[in-house]
Amino acid sequence: MSAAIHIPPTEAILACQGLSKHFGGIRAFTDVDFQARRGEVTAVIGDNGAGKSTLIRCLVGVHQPDGGAIHFDGRPHPFANPDGARKAGIETVHQNLALIDELTVAQNLFLNREIVRRIGPFALLDRKAMKTQARAMLSKLSINVPSVGQRVRRLSGGQRQAISICRAAGSGAKLVVMDEPTAALGVQETANVEALIRRLREQGVSVILISHNFDQVRRLSDQIWVMRAGKMVATVRSAETTGNELVALVTGAA
Amino acid sequence: MEESRSSLAALLLDPSFWADWASVVGLVGLIILFGVTSPVFLSVANLQALLLAAAILVVLSIGQTFVVATSGIDLSLAASVMLGAVILGLIHAAGLGIFAACVAAVAATSAIGLLNGVLITTGRIPDFVVTLGTLSGITGLGLIISGGEPTMVGSTFLLKLASGKFGPFGYPVWVAIAAVIIAHIALYHTRFGVHLLATGGQAESAAALGIRTNRVKIAAYTISGFCAGIAAILLVARIGSAEPQINTSLLLNSVAAVVLGGVSLFGGRASILGPAIGALMLTALVNGLTLLSVSAFYQPLAVGVIVVLAALIMRYQK
Ligand SMILES: Nc1ncnc2c1ncn2[C@@H]1O[C@H](COP(=O)(O)OP(=O)(O)O)[C@@H](O)[C@H]1O
Ligand SMILES: [Mg+2]
Repeated sequence: MSAAIHIPPTEAILACQGLSKHFGGIRAFTDVDFQARRGEVTAVIGDNGAGKSTLIRCLVGVHQPDGGAIHFDGRPHPFANPDGARKAGIETVHQNLALIDELTVAQNLFLNREIVRRIGPFALLDRKAMKTQARAMLSKLSINVPSVGQRVRRLSGGQRQAISICRAAGSGAKLVVMDEPTAALGVQETANVEALIRRLREQGVSVILISHNFDQVRRLSDQIWVMRAGKMVATVRSAETTGNELVALVTGAA
Repeated sequence: MEESRSSLAALLLDPSFWADWASVVGLVGLIILFGVTSPVFLSVANLQALLLAAAILVVLSIGQTFVVATSGIDLSLAASVMLGAVILGLIHAAGLGIFAACVAAVAATSAIGLLNGVLITTGRIPDFVVTLGTLSGITGLGLIISGGEPTMVGSTFLLKLASGKFGPFGYPVWVAIAAVIIAHIALYHTRFGVHLLATGGQAESAAALGIRTNRVKIAAYTISGFCAGIAAILLVARIGSAEPQINTSLLLNSVAAVVLGGVSLFGGRASILGPAIGALMLTALVNGLTLLSVSAFYQPLAVGVIVVLAALIMRYQK
């Protein structure tokens, strides 16, 4: 039942050993070992409150872990903040922390990575370049929005999630981390986002996908990791498992 | 043709259009109203006086806009103007020269803004509590260092600033125009501006993307303090002395101008032209009522009614 890991370090794009995180008296997770292979979709599943979101927030610099080691791209890499992780090549689509409603599609796609023109000592936004590149980023992933100059407030849940993923993927990231990207979506929108994740994988981007939809995880991922009550309890190849086995692992009924 | 006409009709029927352009619509409405009822209102001399009177409020409204865009509020703004004026007066009276006095005034008010920002972000105290606290603290400080007495400031530089003209406008108007242009560029054409709106819109999401939201907020309050310093210089130039008295209507009107200008009080959505026109509108209101010999007692009432109306219209803003 314990997590057996036999991945050579060079194949791992992101790995952690013995990672723990507490919030005051609340134990989010303890002593977690986890790896994501280069070029693969790695899924993390588990019940609500199992610690999935907190784990990936520690991996991408939003939270600081209390203990343990993180390696990214073969090097030890604890990120002091989300900016550090982004600069190293990790992009994150956070659960509930996605787009800025009042900003436009293009502004969201380039947020904190704006293109500027230098005029003497001043750096002014190059809005035209950002709009043009935003259109290219969206069309590369076949995402439809009415206009890149539109505020995202007016877009549907599926369009918004697609834009979050596009922002994550568009910057030439080595690793894209997605926290329950289809949790709030309808059937058609979910299918679109799943197609988007496949396209990312085809383009050679490594993906960490958090979900508690077991069918989705088996459809999309190569490797599945299971969390239960703050522990990493198992890992299996997606092709070699069944829905029933995953249910048993998540609930601890096995 | 058909299409453009129907889209214009749709625009005029859309409440969010009126919400976005409340200050412009209000200003045009007042100009028509006062233009018809008072023959003097549209005279060149009166319009120039109106612009001159609006300059201080325009500058303050810009400062308030940066803070409100982060979903905060700066209640210490008018008190900062007072403290800036008192410091300007005292340093000038001490014989250190008018430029040193002006620099000291702006530095002091900027420092107050910085302090507000630091207390709100790293101190994690709500904005209105902090700025209410500094409002009171500054009021006391101004009284203490001035001994409660006004200081005459006889400076040819300030006299020229107050009464000099370039082209059609007095210098204070040019100062306000420059402030509008610089603030507009900062808000719409720099990374800081986008980060400011992102911080005001969804601070947590902005932080998850690596935006240092605390720094952005501190910068916004510092800008507000800086604007208070500029306003203090314009005020001392205008009245020729530095008085330890707070003009509370400046604070209320700065918030009113921001609301009229279509800036969301919940943050994330702002413009500079809107509040600047809102400030013009409020000044035109006072000016027009005065020309119509309406008692000054009615002016706060009129401002209050207009601001609440504007806030109601804002609910339709998309
Ligand atoms: N910022 C926080 N402060 C306090 N407790 C938190 C915080 N974030 C998460 N937790 C707690 O950590 C545990 C794991 O939560 P989370 O990582 O969101 O689980 P999951 O994403 O698997 O549903 C929960 O008990 C949650 O209440
Ligand atoms: Mg979660």
